[in-house]
Amino acid sequence: MSRKFFSGPFILILPSILAIGFVIIIPLIFSFYTSFTSYKLTRPDSLFNFVGLRNYERLIDNTKFWYAFGRTILFLAVVLNLELLFGLGIALLINKITWGQRTLRTIMMFPMMFSPILVGFQWKYIFNDNIGLLNNFLYLFGYESAIPWLIDKYLAMGSIMVAEIWANTSIFAILLLAGLLGIPRDPIEAARVDGCNSWQVFKNITLPFLMPFIFIALTIRSLDVGRAYDIVHIMTGGGPAMRTELIWTMIARIGYKDANMGFANAMSYVSIILSIAFTYYFFTKLVAARRDLGQQ
Amino acid sequence: MKQIKKFAFWLLVLFLLILICLPGIWIFVSAFRPNPEILSKPANWIPDRWTIHQFTQMFSINGYVSVPAFKYLMNSVIISSVSTLIAITIGMMGGYAFARFNFRGKNSIFLSLMLARAVPGISLSLPLFILFAKLGIINTSFGVILVYVAMNVPFTIWLTDGFFRQIPKEMSEVARTDGCTRLQAFWNVELPLAGPGIGAAAIFAFLLSWNEYALASIITRTVHSKTLPIGMMDYLDEFTINWAGMCAIAVVMIIPALILTFIVQKHLVSGLTFGGVKG
Repeated sequence: MSRKFFSGPFILILPSILAIGFVIIIPLIFSFYTSFTSYKLTRPDSLFNFVGLRNYERLIDNTKFWYAFGRTILFLAVVLNLELLFGLGIALLINKITWGQRTLRTIMMFPMMFSPILVGFQWKYIFNDNIGLLNNFLYLFGYESAIPWLIDKYLAMGSIMVAEIWANTSIFAILLLAGLLGIPRDPIEAARVDGCNSWQVFKNITLPFLMPFIFIALTIRSLDVGRAYDIVHIMTGGGPAMRTELIWTMIARIGYKDANMGFANAMSYVSIILSIAFTYYFFTKLVAARRDLGQQ
Repeated sequence: MKQIKKFAFWLLVLFLLILICLPGIWIFVSAFRPNPEILSKPANWIPDRWTIHQFTQMFSINGYVSVPAFKYLMNSVIISSVSTLIAITIGMMGGYAFARFNFRGKNSIFLSLMLARAVPGISLSLPLFILFAKLGIINTSFGVILVYVAMNVPFTIWLTDGFFRQIPKEMSEVARTDGCTRLQAFWNVELPLAGPGIGAAAIFAFLLSWNEYALASIITRTVHSKTLPIGMMDYLDEFTINWAGMCAIAVVMIIPALILTFIVQKHLVSGLTFGGVKG
């Protein structure tokens, strides 16, 4: 058994596992431990001050945390759904084009190469109440009072969502377009001959075929949901008055500004479970969709 | 009627193009305009006077004036290239193992690797900061490279696994009956065939390292190891922002990413989809 264990594939995977073990698993075990202590960066000896579940109890009692948590869920729900919807729309649109399709596809990849921090900055610049492009544009139409996009408590969240959607719709569009290009023509033509309208063709042929591609996009996307931190961090920093505070910016605030590591690590675990749950869910969906397609 | 439909269709495409490109173009133009013009109303699309003032300030090698962008650029280039090289090497080994061998727990190992990648950077940064500080590798390029290798490995495995699976097993088998060892067969037959795909995976890994912020903002502290995304924040004070300077450093950041992505964009899509669809 042990000889088999150390042969062939395991030797090949071992370096990957070592790297991930050192950079991800060991720190996570350490932070799991600190989440049961009152560890503060400013007082190193507090690392051994075991407080049991108190950090988690504080978390449950903390209304600010639950607001941030709820806001994060809402944010992800809105953003992921719109990205999927817009991505599908764009893919269907570009699929119809026969001339210049490849150029368009390349241009569509444009936002994918932007660093999230850059996306955040770019939209901070556009949404700026004073010098922003958007208010400048509205000014042209005689709308002279500057709208405080990133300062107003409702508009700020919407502005961040716009930035997030701009950055990540293209991954859906590109993968779904790849799916559309791979659909065989025959069933669609047969359905048309049998008198199906466009909507029926879309619902009964195109969409089932696209399902695995939708789940690939969602799986890849779910790996990176935490990167929304970069965008929020630069655009509003969680403000105004914590109205755009997501779970990730709250971790940074508690962990680094307040130096309260134990509490922040307890919070981190909630965010990690959130991300992993998203990824796991979409990955199992992907496997199932793949199996369905294989059976047909 | 048909004409109107066609017109509306192209109008929609045009609107889409503007939406995608406009923010980037605006940043680019702003990087080259004189500072006072940023405040002009209505917006001035073509600067009255093009200036490279911001760039000369960033890149004046002997004694920078504003932000040591050249040092940041060098850090970014070194950290991203080295971490990509290592991540591709060990990730490719993993991808090959998943594509060519059947072993116990294959699917669960694959899934665990993916889930390890899903851990948000900011949540990982707290313990990593303490661990790296204890090991004395905080604020070093080595530390950042190590982190990026681990972050890039799972995705490289996903991509390369897909590419190796596209290559028929028989090709390697034929080579081996002709007397090649498995390694020789891999080197001479499978690697060249998977080449473009591996290139795409490398670009993906490079871009992730190039663009990463949450972890680097904690692990790097000074000019010694700061990368461009972290250096960009130098322009951001508590109350004032040097908009033109930030636009300029944004341009420096985006141009290499743009070029690299254009080179491999075709393989990028097929890599992502083959890894997922052909189970």
